[in-house]
Amino acid sequence: MTQTIQVGGTVLELTERGQGRPLLFLHAGEGLAPERPWLDLLSRHYRVIAPTHPGYGTSAPIDGGAGGIDDLAYLYLDLARELGLEGAVLVGADLGGWIAAEMMVRSSARFSSLVLVAPLGIKLRGRDERDIADFHAMTRAEYLEAAWADPAKGEVDYAALPDTELAAIVRGREAFALYGWKPYMHNPRLKRWLHRIDRPTLLLWGAQDGIVTPEYGEGWRREIPGARLDIVPAAGHFPHWEQPDDFVQRLSAFIDGRNA
Amino acid sequence: MRVWYFSEMAYHPAWEEGLKRGSLRVVLPNANYDPEIGHQLLNRYLDEFRLCDEVGLDIMVNEHHSTSTCLTISVPMALAVIARETKRARLLSLGTPIANRPDPVRVAEEMAWLDVLSGGRLEMGLVKGAPYEIAPANSNPATLMRRYWEAHDLILKAMSTTSGPFSWEGEFFHYRNVNIWPRPYQQPTPPVWMTGLSPETGRMAAEHGHVVGTLLSLSAAGPMFEAYRKRAQELGWTAGADRFAYAGVVGVGATREEGLRRANLAADYVRTSVVVAEPFTNPPGYNSLAANVAALKSGGKRGGFVRDRNGNPVDQRTASIEQLIESGTCFAGTPDDVYNQIKGLHDSVGGFGNLLMFGQGGFLDHADTVVNITLFAEEVLPRLRELSPSRAATQAAAAQ
Repeated sequence: MTQTIQVGGTVLELTERGQGRPLLFLHAGEGLAPERPWLDLLSRHYRVIAPTHPGYGTSAPIDGGAGGIDDLAYLYLDLARELGLEGAVLVGADLGGWIAAEMMVRSSARFSSLVLVAPLGIKLRGRDERDIADFHAMTRAEYLEAAWADPAKGEVDYAALPDTELAAIVRGREAFALYGWKPYMHNPRLKRWLHRIDRPTLLLWGAQDGIVTPEYGEGWRREIPGARLDIVPAAGHFPHWEQPDDFVQRLSAFIDGRNA
Repeated sequence: MRVWYFSEMAYHPAWEEGLKRGSLRVVLPNANYDPEIGHQLLNRYLDEFRLCDEVGLDIMVNEHHSTSTCLTISVPMALAVIARETKRARLLSLGTPIANRPDPVRVAEEMAWLDVLSGGRLEMGLVKGAPYEIAPANSNPATLMRRYWEAHDLILKAMSTTSGPFSWEGEFFHYRNVNIWPRPYQQPTPPVWMTGLSPETGRMAAEHGHVVGTLLSLSAAGPMFEAYRKRAQELGWTAGADRFAYAGVVGVGATREEGLRRANLAADYVRTSVVVAEPFTNPPGYNSLAANVAALKSGGKRGGFVRDRNGNPVDQRTASIEQLIESGTCFAGTPDDVYNQIKGLHDSVGGFGNLLMFGQGGFLDHADTVVNITLFAEEVLPRLRELSPSRAATQAAAAQ
């Protein structure tokens, strides 16, 4: 079910499914896509709470567009308090992974563990080396090639979508640019503070991720104390989308030692 | 009507390679640029601007970045040279892409300096900039217009404040001591221009009393000028023709054939300007939600901004000179032809007091450009000066 909730003056769209340990899922720059299977699969084990980032869906960007990633981090920390979450699992993919890391370096109090799925957000190498592919400089075909193990799975027939969904896609693209355009998809200061993440952390990475490579994931693993990096075969930048069963199995095995 | 001669100072020797690669901008490596040829071209183009002053035309300069279509990367640099080489022409900067500039106070300083140098001949365009300018500037397209208006307000305040220093702590720009020296020659600021394609831009320009310009498409000009007039009327003043500008390609000749030939060469500006690698044509947030929804639905087809008389897109890359005359993009033929085409368009959009004349484009060589400029100035300009003189001046009430 989808609802809206007021958090600190911001109206958030929230999708909630399932029962059990709370799991806060922060979606990728592509959008939440709640009709895709991973939320349902997660909801077999957890109470999944998935906000739509402000600016995506039908929502307005935070503070009329004045807010950035740090504002989203505080907003979701406020949301966790508002919902009274205790011992929750924090999961973030791509842009959502960046936000999740920004939250955890501020406060991990309401979370028991962290799962980052091919997160954006940190700068590892030199000033003239890209850590994060410039996907705004790619054609759609080039992007699918870089972001998917099987590019055909990422194709969308836009002409078949209703205007409301197209509008949500356009709004999401604008919001993604708003939050991540410059510095490109990272916070130059975030890496410095990743040592503050004091919860068990799993990094999930598609073996064929051409947006941020598994080598970049290795950089994340080095910075977060005790973190584990799992490589998901036959997946690109969105392993939760391309291999949803494998994704959920690895996640729940890490959280609960369960074989889903 | 005033006529402002304009050339993008193209580097056409690289166009063939750019067309082959599908982009004349952003991603075409500058290995395709020869410094010696560039040296000759820049000097040639500046000679052509100087000629305009001698024959009675006003002058406009613009800027683009990372492109073979336009070697002018700084309006103030080009106008600084032109200001010293001319005596009479008014000098239109159209303009500075202020949402892509990190330092608006520097823009105010440069514009004030140019105004002082030229003895008050500067007209100051503050423009949004084309979508493919986002990448070279690496400015955030999702905040472009908010940054535009903050820079606009700061520039005008910096130029018109005489009791500084003042402080500015905005969303994008921060200064503690703004107090520009020199301040402009014209008081309180040089005339301000904006550009656009939509009625919304017309309305916003009217709110400030600025001149508004549009280009290459009569079907965009009409609704935009009308929106301006209406908004001005609502605000209690009447917008004269001097508030409106229209840009078109001009080719004039002693015979119709010669004029068409010149226009056809100059029109390569129109045909090449939209050849840009696809990812840079529509950065997120640059265009409206509705325009982007329509683009997704149509599979992202791009038509550029030239529209026919019914508002349907014309493929700029392949348009014939006849199509471009029909769409109001080009004015071409004998002096009579050119005058009649301009007058026809002028009348159909409710009048405009400024024609921005693309009188050179790419492969139109120096000899042809000289004839194009002089013949236009001798045979067409005097008649255009008489066009809608009664509407020439905006009432004093318009001055904010």
